[in-house]
Amino acid sequence: MADTKTVAPKERAGTRFWNWLTETQVWKSIFRHDRPDSDRTRVLVMLSNVFLHLHPVRIRKSGVKLRYTWCMGGLSFFLFLSLTLTGTLLMFYYRPTLEYAYTDIVGLREHVPLGIMREMHRWGAHAMVITVWLHMFRVFMTGSYKPPREFNWSVGVIMLVLTLLLSFTGYLLPWDQLAIWAITVGSNMARATPFLGHEGPGAALLRLGDVPLIHAYDDARFALLGGSFVGEGALLRFYVLHCVGLPLAIGVLMAVHFWRVRKDGGISGPL
Amino acid sequence: MADETKAEVPKAPPTGANPAATPQHRQVPGGDAPATAAAAAATGARPAAPAAPAAAGAQAARPAAAPRPPAAPIPDLGGRTTTAAAASAKAPAAATAKTATRDPDDTSPLLTRRAWMGLAWGAFTAASAAALAATGRFMFPNVLNEPPQQFKAGFPNEYGMGVDERWKEKFGVWIVRTPDDLVAHASGFYAIISTCTHLGCTPNYLSAESKFKCPCHGSGFRLTGINFEGPAPRPLERARVVLADDGQILVDKSRKFQWELGQWTDPEAFLKA
Repeated sequence: MADTKTVAPKERAGTRFWNWLTETQVWKSIFRHDRPDSDRTRVLVMLSNVFLHLHPVRIRKSGVKLRYTWCMGGLSFFLFLSLTLTGTLLMFYYRPTLEYAYTDIVGLREHVPLGIMREMHRWGAHAMVITVWLHMFRVFMTGSYKPPREFNWSVGVIMLVLTLLLSFTGYLLPWDQLAIWAITVGSNMARATPFLGHEGPGAALLRLGDVPLIHAYDDARFALLGGSFVGEGALLRFYVLHCVGLPLAIGVLMAVHFWRVRKDGGISGPL
Repeated sequence: MADETKAEVPKAPPTGANPAATPQHRQVPGGDAPATAAAAAATGARPAAPAAPAAAGAQAARPAAAPRPPAAPIPDLGGRTTTAAAASAKAPAAATAKTATRDPDDTSPLLTRRAWMGLAWGAFTAASAAALAATGRFMFPNVLNEPPQQFKAGFPNEYGMGVDERWKEKFGVWIVRTPDDLVAHASGFYAIISTCTHLGCTPNYLSAESKFKCPCHGSGFRLTGINFEGPAPRPLERARVVLADDGQILVDKSRKFQWELGQWTDPEAFLKA
């Protein structure tokens, strides 16, 4: 064609903007790798991102097989995250005192938008106990507790106990009859703890000659309740344990658990 | 490609298929988001180009951007190939009887991998946005356990001249009875809201000095509410004060009167008695 003329290559506006954006210091400080179009850059994506590096760069095909893993560990973690989120929101309205605890729970249903927030927390907690048990069952049935994974099995057993304790401490917080008597029964079991129970001799050893270091009730049950019965002290102790102490402990152990899964060769697969 | 021409290349007409699914756009350098935007602009915003005579030459000149018909083969999840037409088989189903029923031997997926990912991310984004909005709403309860804005303050004859502090603790209001008001030029009652106009602390009533004095930054107010010392920029606010049906004084803090706006002359800002 006679009127066809040669011009300089013209980039589209979107391409020009993209090229400018990916050259900015802000962009390059966040994404410290090239486009993930090769094995090397894909690995760098995973390794240079704090969230993605929790995932392995590669997993075996069997690792994503639902029939093998049931995804129960992942579901437990997901439920923990959602419980953390809903629990934090509940903390904006709940006051752990004899005067307010029960009415605040009622208020969370009646006076606050999304009255299901508390139900999500409650049902999520039930679900997490179930998924943790099923996770343990799967790991047992697939023999995934065997070396080199025996250390992680032990970590998992501790986290199972922590999950049950989270469920137990959360049970008291609504401060209704069900909660109070359930904790009364549960904490009475702590009285039978060997050595630290009400029959001693745990606290008796904490004596300097004639001077007792503990003056009040001295057994494991008291340490749990902060009193001789389920009262204000127990409510506050269970609240702090439920919202701060136990989640911190289980969070640290989860980090160890996931890291250990990777170090022991990834999710165990069929032999 | 230095010899790119300005001639328009005939574009494939937009089809029901996801435009991002055509292989052409994978060749656009610089990531998916701008590529998709550019692709949308290419298919949508470009004027309906007549089939330029130079089309054939242009195609040869820029092979990298060569347009492809929508029926170009696309690898799917299983590495098999399908077509854009198959991907959107449901939409134009009524067009021909042939495509109305799926070939039983056709094992290709109804949606491409990319379409699935788009759906999944779209649903995830929508759910996250909804959860975020709900969380924001959660922070604004429907019921507040605070003292009401409006209360009955007893009968006028229960009050002597001067400042009465009995409602300050609960409702944050001084009721002042004066023989001659600054604005109304009459005897009666006004209600001063005990919130400092500087930064919101609660001033104290100092009877010996006949003034309200804020402990936070030293603002001072006359009994009328006019500021005269300290950082407060304007007088204290007065609340609506009227007689209720039963003859009691009714104070309503939800209606405030500001001196600097000339609102103290409002008949409900002063109760003549």
